[in-house]
Amino acid sequence: MNALSIRNLKKTYNNGFEALKGIDLDVEAGDFFALLGPNGAGKSTAIGIISSLVNETSGSVSIFGHDLKHERGKAKSCIGLVPQEVNFNQFDTVKSILLNQAGYYGTPRKLALHRTEQCLKQMDLWDKRDTVSRRLSGGMKRRVMIARAMVHAPKLLILDEPTAGVDIEIRRSMWKMMQDVNQQGTTIILTTHYLEEAESLCRNIAIIDQGVIVENSSMANLLARLHIDHFVLDLEEALNAAPVIDGYQIELISSKSLNVAVPKENGLNRLFSELSQQNIRVMSLKNKTNRLEQLFMDLVDAKSVDTKAAGSGQ
Amino acid sequence: MNYSIPFNTLVIKEIYRFIRIWPQTLLPPAITTALYFLIFGKLIGDRIGTINGASYMDYIVPGVILMSVISHSYANVVSSFYSTKFQRNIEELLVAPVPNWVILAGYVSGGIIRGLLVGVVVALISMLFATLAIKHIWITLSIAVLTATLFSLAGFINALLAESFDDISIIPNFVLTPLSYLGGVFYSVDMLPNIWQAISMGNPMLYMINAFRYGLIGVSDIDVQLAFIMTGGFIVVMTLFSLYLLYKGIGIKN
Repeated sequence: MNALSIRNLKKTYNNGFEALKGIDLDVEAGDFFALLGPNGAGKSTAIGIISSLVNETSGSVSIFGHDLKHERGKAKSCIGLVPQEVNFNQFDTVKSILLNQAGYYGTPRKLALHRTEQCLKQMDLWDKRDTVSRRLSGGMKRRVMIARAMVHAPKLLILDEPTAGVDIEIRRSMWKMMQDVNQQGTTIILTTHYLEEAESLCRNIAIIDQGVIVENSSMANLLARLHIDHFVLDLEEALNAAPVIDGYQIELISSKSLNVAVPKENGLNRLFSELSQQNIRVMSLKNKTNRLEQLFMDLVDAKSVDTKAAGSGQ
Repeated sequence: MNYSIPFNTLVIKEIYRFIRIWPQTLLPPAITTALYFLIFGKLIGDRIGTINGASYMDYIVPGVILMSVISHSYANVVSSFYSTKFQRNIEELLVAPVPNWVILAGYVSGGIIRGLLVGVVVALISMLFATLAIKHIWITLSIAVLTATLFSLAGFINALLAESFDDISIIPNFVLTPLSYLGGVFYSVDMLPNIWQAISMGNPMLYMINAFRYGLIGVSDIDVQLAFIMTGGFIVVMTLFSLYLLYKGIGIKN
């Protein structure tokens, strides 16, 4: 069963801006799904419509088989939303934020108390339950929003840039938590600007740009399309010029580091053996850019070129 | 889904909010009305004598109580709902399976409860200055509840349409307060020249204040039945308008 089905979804704002131009999207139950796109691409509008914060112009959204227009209550009961910005009452305590949210979803008080305790412990916030939320750190506020979104045990959790602006330690712990939640059976839709986050967490991906889906496939399939990997090699000894090796494009970044474009069919073994033959010793190597980031830029750039060409009548 | 749970959650949250900030919500009306009773009722009122057979102090008590009910039921909803919008925690309600009528009922109930609670506080203060003998208990209670409902709805609409904090102070300052003072709180419309009597008849607060006064001391300038019909009619219209605004997402959705 699909956790989410979107058909021909369009949104035109009052100022005439077409944020969504008829998108179709399916997310399977249990999936960890990445919805990516540059700023202003339409992903926040799509999430807004799915979570009833924005009215669609036309099209349909169905959540676990419940149409958002005709079975609104049932569809909404399935969703938990973690928005981009902190949006809870800053004067409420952490515990009351969760209890109120559970109440809005019709959770009886006894069960709400139990779920609140469970979610706050899972987010490592139980000790802060009686703290007024405005006194929490940025990372804790993010975790409160995740706990709040999970308090009614949603089947579909939408995380809209949940790790934006948090330090790497908290981000890693949140990744672990998201993986745990997904493994327990909750479908997750994640939007993020950290593409390594999407690459390491998500199984399927859609890229949206200028209101249309430009890519929708499994993460593995998408990454397999990347033909050339870029690596930076740190050398033991300084070089005056970049070595020339057939099949590889090599640039000297500094006297002791090289930028190498490695086609998939050539691989790294031949590169290292050729470098050894030229008495060049490699001390370490790293990916120049995140693989998904490279694909993302390629897809978005290609779409941008298509749009310009269409606009100029070419 | 059992809608009593989200409704109760909203109402309890609202009650907790205004109780938590009682120095801003419950204390000021007690002080202000005590001053009204002392200055207008006691010091000046003793020189005025009686109006329609009631002492001046007894005459102004119902109006002052209802004026407090009006301003506080309105203020509760407009400030609470606008803050909810401003802080964007309205999204908690919009994402959840809470129907629009439950959102409206929850906030309006919060306004009614605060309005009536302030009314009770002011009534208790008035007992220090006047004898509060209720002539028609059901008229008194029902017009108080209907008035609180009407102005809670008005506050809700104001909050929905407001785009800044300035927008939520315009109506109380430039509409509610003048209409309250001109609604016969401190005088009988019979004391006005004919032209002003006619103009006053267009002020809906005149009807509510007089109906409440009739309930408390048995004196009114207008037909009490007409007051109930007008108030009920306004409530129906404002309820439908509020639900329409919520349905369209005006002021709360992008």
